[in-house]
Amino acid sequence: MKSYDVVVIGAGPAGMAAAVETSRAGLSTLVLDEQQRPGGQIYRDIEASDATRRGILGQDYQSGADLAAALRGSTAEYLPGAVVWNIDSAKQIDFSVRGGSQSVKAAHIVVATGAIERPTPMPGWTLPGVTTVGAVQILLKTSGVVLEDLVMVGSGPLLWLAATQMIAAGTPPKAIVETVPKARYRAAAKHLARAIPGWRYLAKGFAMIRAVKRAGVPVHRDAEEIAIDGVVAAEAVSFTSDGRRHRIETAHVALHQGVVPNQQITRLMNCEHRFDAGQRAFLPVVDASFETSVENVFVAGDGAGIGGARAAAMRGRLVAMRIAEKAGKPATDGREKLEAALRRDAAVRPLLEALYAPSEDVLSPADGTLVCRCEEITAGQIREAVALGAPGPNQVKSFLRAGMGPCQGRMCGLAVSEIIAAAKGEEPSSVDYYRIRPPLKPLLLSELAAFEPGEAPRAAAE
Amino acid sequence: MPQRIDGSGETLRFTFEGREIAARAGDTIAAALIAAGETTTRASVVSGAPRGPFCMMGVCFECLVEVDGVPNRQACMIEAAAGMTVNRQKADEVAA
Repeated sequence: MKSYDVVVIGAGPAGMAAAVETSRAGLSTLVLDEQQRPGGQIYRDIEASDATRRGILGQDYQSGADLAAALRGSTAEYLPGAVVWNIDSAKQIDFSVRGGSQSVKAAHIVVATGAIERPTPMPGWTLPGVTTVGAVQILLKTSGVVLEDLVMVGSGPLLWLAATQMIAAGTPPKAIVETVPKARYRAAAKHLARAIPGWRYLAKGFAMIRAVKRAGVPVHRDAEEIAIDGVVAAEAVSFTSDGRRHRIETAHVALHQGVVPNQQITRLMNCEHRFDAGQRAFLPVVDASFETSVENVFVAGDGAGIGGARAAAMRGRLVAMRIAEKAGKPATDGREKLEAALRRDAAVRPLLEALYAPSEDVLSPADGTLVCRCEEITAGQIREAVALGAPGPNQVKSFLRAGMGPCQGRMCGLAVSEIIAAAKGEEPSSVDYYRIRPPLKPLLLSELAAFEPGEAPRAAAE
Repeated sequence: MPQRIDGSGETLRFTFEGREIAARAGDTIAAALIAAGETTTRASVVSGAPRGPFCMMGVCFECLVEVDGVPNRQACMIEAAAGMTVNRQKADEVAA
C-alpha cells in the first residue's frame, strides 16, 4: 500500500492551499477530491469558466484560479473523482475511484471537506423545485444554468451573493424572502465596532444589498411561518411579513440559513467536537494550528468553523506549515503574519453570526414538518421519542430511523440535535450528535469487490 | 424556466425516462436535467413522494437515479455522457 506524508481530503481553497504548501516543503502529498475538477464548491469549475461567467460570479470567485493553478503546478498528486469512505485509527484511508476501491496510508491527514448548508426544515421543503441557495450557485458555476422565477428564502451572506450573481446573469430573482427578525439588527449592531477591520466584507455586503434594491427585486423582510406549497412540485411560497400573509407563485425556491462545518470525517475519526453557540453548529476541537484531538489529523478551512474562502486558504497554509514543522522540515517564515491576517479576516464574523443566526422557524419546526428527509421523520415524532425517554440523537435514530437513510444524517443531524435539546430544555452540546460510521458514503458492492489495496493512485494529468 | 446564460452549446444527448436530454460536456446529470426542466429524480422510499436535486454537491442524496441499469446513483456527482440511459429511481425498485 502506498504511503504519503500528507493526504489532503478535499480540493477547495483550504485543501488546495495546504497541498501546495506541504508539497513545496518536500512532503509527499496526495489530494483526494470527490469532484472532477479542483475548486471545491466556492470555486467550483473555476478552471472551466470563461470571462463572461467569471464576470457574473465576481472578483472573489476569480481568485480561486490562482489556487487551482498552483495545485496543478505543484508536485502534489491530485486524484479527482475519489470518494473517501473510511479512515481507520492507523490513518489508512479507503476510497473509491473509477468504479473500484483503493487504500493509502497517511502520516498526516488534512480534512478539508469544508461546509454544507444548514438543514432548513419547513413545510414543503422536500418538493421538487426546492433546492438550497448553494445549489443555484453550483448550477450557474458548472453549467451556466439560471432559473427565471427563483424565490430565495432565508438569510445570510451567500443568499445576497447568489442574488447579485443572478442579477448579473440577467435573471434577477423573482423575490427575496428574508427571515432576519427586526430585533436582530440591534443585536448585531453591538458587534459593528469590532467588525471594522473587516470593512471590505461589510462594504461588499452593503453593495450586494444595494444591487438587489437597484434591480428592483422585491425583498420581504422579517418573514415567518414560511411554507412551500405544491403537490408533486413547488408551486408557491407562502409566508407572513409586515403583519399579513403573502403568496408568491413559483416553480423554483432556493433555501438558505447559513453554512455549517461538514463533520462526517472528524466524527468518524472520533475527534472531539464542541457546540459553538455563535455559529450554532458543532465544530471539531482544534488547537492554534488546527490540529484536532486526534494526533496528526488537521482540519483546514470551514470544517473547523465557518470563516469563508479567504480564511480557508490561509488556514490551509497554516496547517501545512505546522505539518512541515512536525515532520522536521525547516521552518518557513510568515506564520505570524498569516495568523494576524486570519484574525483581521475573522473580525466581521461575530456581526454576521449575530445578524444571520438561523431563524427560530427552522431551529424549532412545527410538529408536522419533515426533518429527516430520507426516512420522512417529523419534528413531532422526534419530540415524542424524547418524551418516551430517548436521551439523544443516537437513540432517536434507533427509535425512528431518523438519520439512517442514504444521506446518513447530513441533512437532518443538526436539526435533530436542536429539536432534542429544546425538548429536554438543554443545549445541543449536551445531547451531542449522531455517531458517524463507515462507509461515509453508500458505495456499490462492485466498488468494494474491485478492491486494489496495493495499487497506487495514478498521478493526475491535465 | 431554466436557461443557459451563454447560449446552448449542448453537444451530447442522453435519455431520461425515454426523453432525449441535451447536455454540455462537463454537465452533471442533475444539472442537465434541471436545464431541461426535469426537477423530479426519484420517489421517496417511504411514501413514494416525488423528490428532486436539492444540494447539487453530493450531500443530500435526493437526486438518486438509475444510470444504465445501476440504481442509487447521485445525479449531481456523475457527469452526463452521450448515450446514457437515465431513469428515475422508483420507490419499489430500491433494495433497502
